[in-house]
Amino acid sequence: METAPRPGRNVPPKKDKLQAKRKKPRRYWEEETAPTSAGASPGPPLKKKRNGEVRLQKPKNTRSSKKSRISKKPQVPKKPRERKKPEPQRSLSGAQDPFPGPAPVPVEVARKFCRIDKSIKLPRSKSKTRSKLEVAEAEEEETSVKAARSELLLAEEPGFLEGEDGEDTAKIRQADIVEAVDIASAAKHFDLNLRQFGPYRLNYSRTGRHLALGGRRGHVAALDWVTKKLMCEINVMEAVQDIRFLHSEVLLAVAQNRWLHIYDNQGIELHCVRRCDRVTRLEFLPYHFLLATASETGFLTYLDVSVGKIVAALNARAGRLSVMAQNPYNAVIHLGHSNGTVSLWSPAVKEPLAKILCHRGGVRAIAVDSTGTYMATSGLDHQLKIFDLRGTFQPLSARTLPQGAGHLAFSQRGLLAAGMGDVINIWAGQGKASSPSLEQAYLTHRLSGHVHGLQFCPFEDVLGVGHSGGITSMLVPGAAEPNFDALESNPYRSQKQRQEWEVKALLEKVPAELICLDPRALAEVDVISLEQEKKERIERLGYDPEAKVPFQPKPKQKGRSSTASLVKRKRKVMDKEHRDQVRQSIQQQKQKQEKAKPKGSRPSALDRFVR
Amino acid sequence: MKVKMLSRNPDNYVRETKLDLQRVPRNYDPTLHPFEVPREYIRALNATKLERVFAKPFLASLDGHRDGVNCLAKHPKSLATVLSGACDGEVRIWNLTKRKCIRTIQAHEGFVRGICTRFCGTSFFTVGDDKTVKQWKMDAPGNGEEEEPLHTILGKTVYTGIDHHWKDPAFATCGQQVDIWDEQRTNPICSMTWGFDSINSVKFNPIETFLLGSCASDRNIVLYDMRQATPLKKVILDMRTNTICWNPMEAFIFTAANEDYNLYTFDMRALDTPLMVHMDHVSAVLDVDYSPTGKEFVSASFDKSIRIFPVDRSRSREVYHTKRMQHVICVKWTSDSKYIMCGSDEMNIRLWKANASEKLGVLTSREKAAKDYNQKLKEKFQYHPHIKRIARHRHLPKSIYSQIQEQRIMKEARRRKEVNRRKHSKPGSVPIVSEKKKHIVAVVK
Repeated sequence: METAPRPGRNVPPKKDKLQAKRKKPRRYWEEETAPTSAGASPGPPLKKKRNGEVRLQKPKNTRSSKKSRISKKPQVPKKPRERKKPEPQRSLSGAQDPFPGPAPVPVEVARKFCRIDKSIKLPRSKSKTRSKLEVAEAEEEETSVKAARSELLLAEEPGFLEGEDGEDTAKIRQADIVEAVDIASAAKHFDLNLRQFGPYRLNYSRTGRHLALGGRRGHVAALDWVTKKLMCEINVMEAVQDIRFLHSEVLLAVAQNRWLHIYDNQGIELHCVRRCDRVTRLEFLPYHFLLATASETGFLTYLDVSVGKIVAALNARAGRLSVMAQNPYNAVIHLGHSNGTVSLWSPAVKEPLAKILCHRGGVRAIAVDSTGTYMATSGLDHQLKIFDLRGTFQPLSARTLPQGAGHLAFSQRGLLAAGMGDVINIWAGQGKASSPSLEQAYLTHRLSGHVHGLQFCPFEDVLGVGHSGGITSMLVPGAAEPNFDALESNPYRSQKQRQEWEVKALLEKVPAELICLDPRALAEVDVISLEQEKKERIERLGYDPEAKVPFQPKPKQKGRSSTASLVKRKRKVMDKEHRDQVRQSIQQQKQKQEKAKPKGSRPSALDRFVR
Repeated sequence: MKVKMLSRNPDNYVRETKLDLQRVPRNYDPTLHPFEVPREYIRALNATKLERVFAKPFLASLDGHRDGVNCLAKHPKSLATVLSGACDGEVRIWNLTKRKCIRTIQAHEGFVRGICTRFCGTSFFTVGDDKTVKQWKMDAPGNGEEEEPLHTILGKTVYTGIDHHWKDPAFATCGQQVDIWDEQRTNPICSMTWGFDSINSVKFNPIETFLLGSCASDRNIVLYDMRQATPLKKVILDMRTNTICWNPMEAFIFTAANEDYNLYTFDMRALDTPLMVHMDHVSAVLDVDYSPTGKEFVSASFDKSIRIFPVDRSRSREVYHTKRMQHVICVKWTSDSKYIMCGSDEMNIRLWKANASEKLGVLTSREKAAKDYNQKLKEKFQYHPHIKRIARHRHLPKSIYSQIQEQRIMKEARRRKEVNRRKHSKPGSVPIVSEKKKHIVAVVK
């Protein structure tokens, strides 16, 4: 066997030999001059080996053309994990795969699916734990990339409305939009003229297929608004304060003058909940099966509709409650009070989780967007404010409106609608997860009566408005999420599918105790009790079993491990550890100083005295 | 004005005929799936509860022996065949699929001390109290023929155990010494002793096939190399080791079942500290056998229970017991890693599932997907206190339960005393000895 490197080859001989051994038998239809090594091959270089010594040189233009072919979004720089490119397959005809390697993934999309904050460094831990964490991170990255790739399969595109140069979209009337869009969409714009029993509150079911409306003078109706098929229509002979669908379109909660009533879709009264009296506002938390009611007596009551029990009745101690909204991200209830504060409630805690002073006068309306990032409030001081809910509760933008908004609603894609008297204003942001900019209205519309209820229809570009003249269904292009997830809420589901979904949803009903500001808190490490446990264990045992044992030098060869040399070796290790410690503490100090320094200011001569 | 409204064609979302499957378009956008963590947690909780509901591990009991079952052997080639030897000298061969005894041999007078199959599965060996080693054919004798061993070796002393080499026609017996035999000869090739005491069991290493381990009544475990005439090294423990078992996937790892209620997993290169001390039994551990994956092993104990331990955990993940099962003397993990067999004092061989809540039989792809998903969820949330409590909960017979409590109290008292002693003596004079090192008396080379 020869071992000396052959001259004239830039490839290590051993691999060459292997290669020669593995050379495929050549078929008669194959080219005579099949390339044997990367150096000798004419045309595009071929990758022959797995270990990546001869890397495939992709021509740049292929990549850019692919970019333009697949997506116009920015591309990810290649992930280091996916560096292993498969060998370009040569087909029988000799054609090469024009798009070798894994499909590229747009950065923005992949970030959307990312659940781990990679900026946080992994903690110092045992190698076993650390390797586990690393594996988990790698897996997470892979799944997010895969999910991002699946974005290609989404069928629908969101709607939009753009004016010509200089044309203000707010000037565009509903009639113009109806004229411009297709017949099916035009049919979604309608007015129900119901002057007799108004003003109306309304609610869309979670799938966006059904609409419930309740007039102040007792008129309650539910209909499939897409097909315009009426499910039931009754008059409860009592003032209706609010109306809400429960988990599906079959059950309907109506806050009447005295008590809370629950009807089915035939209009048959199923329950009269007397524990919830004089209710003004209703909210349904679909994943917890909780119906939150705010009452005139100042109580916030949570009713578990799956078992029919009152989970919690919290006294807000702020008088009559008439402004309520839920945060769909964490199921926290926001209550607006007459002193200008908004309080955040969870059924697990008797006190509010947070109180935010939002307005100088009382709070008139609240809305929280679907990502749980922004809260819009309007007050008696005619202000409309948008707050950031991620931690500090700071106002992001504010605007004074001539009349002040009485009703607010966020759409799935972050559009904000406000009802002011008989006018509806809609503002839009830049993208899906950005706050709406309040400078320029996206759409406006004047109604035939004063607004009494507002809701964007889920999964349809429609805003439902209940007013004193009846119900108006407005077209708002770009409001809704175009692609629904059928396992979550499917507008086209059959009865059987709904029943199956109901069973699944009940099985994974989240207990009310888990409602808190951060819904991901359950997945975090419980450091406090861990440390407490460790402390107790040390106390019990009388020593720390996980403490680092002092270095004990191993005896070396005969004669080499005199006491002096042993001590010397020990000393060496100890010194090294000490040096490491000092280095670390210096580094920490430096970091602290850098943090303390105000950014952007010029360095001053006095900085050296800063400790 | 440019306008586009979201307008779906229902034909794309509704199935065409009733015979079609329903269309389920998916969108994995996290904003459409809120409360991801709490919902997964609840699913994990449900999965854990269901696992406990479906935990029915006991499959069958094979009865027929007329005395306690003393030893078991697996067939190397047939999953359905298992051999057992009883205390009255009877050997039975069982068919597990039919759950029937297919052959009975009166092999010895007195106990059948050991039984092992040849690697090819054509014959098996037994040793008994009558100082003989017998080789038998696996197939039953033809019509009219008498049940006779292929070979019989008359020894001078009682043999207490036997194991066959995994590749060569050689086997090893133990008694007063470890003998290595060639199948063709009537005298041992070599016999090895170290100390003077009776050796309980001898086991060949399945990977490094020339290595053997034995354990003796004088509390030691001795390792031998077949190619040498002398033993390699030995480790002396606090109490006697009943048997050892080699890890089938890692050549130098073995686990010893000890009289002091514990099992010790050793790395044979460093015998001075066991890799893990497995403690949960409340009486002497009599037998141990590895799963073919090498990740877990099962142990049989005098406390009338068998337990399954992961190799890297000190506590058991599972305990099996029934009202009628007495002291379990021998245990085997089947070669497909799905079942466990144990032979006990009251003449029965019991068949258990290795994974208590596993569904037997063919799974549909959806079942499999659901199972995998639930498994992953259980893993993800296994440290949450509520889930951990449910997953760990086992019903135990009162005798075992009260024994555990008692031993916990005793251990706590011992620990407290040691802490007090350390407090009241000169620093360093009462050293801290780890649980792993506590039970090792010495290592001799």
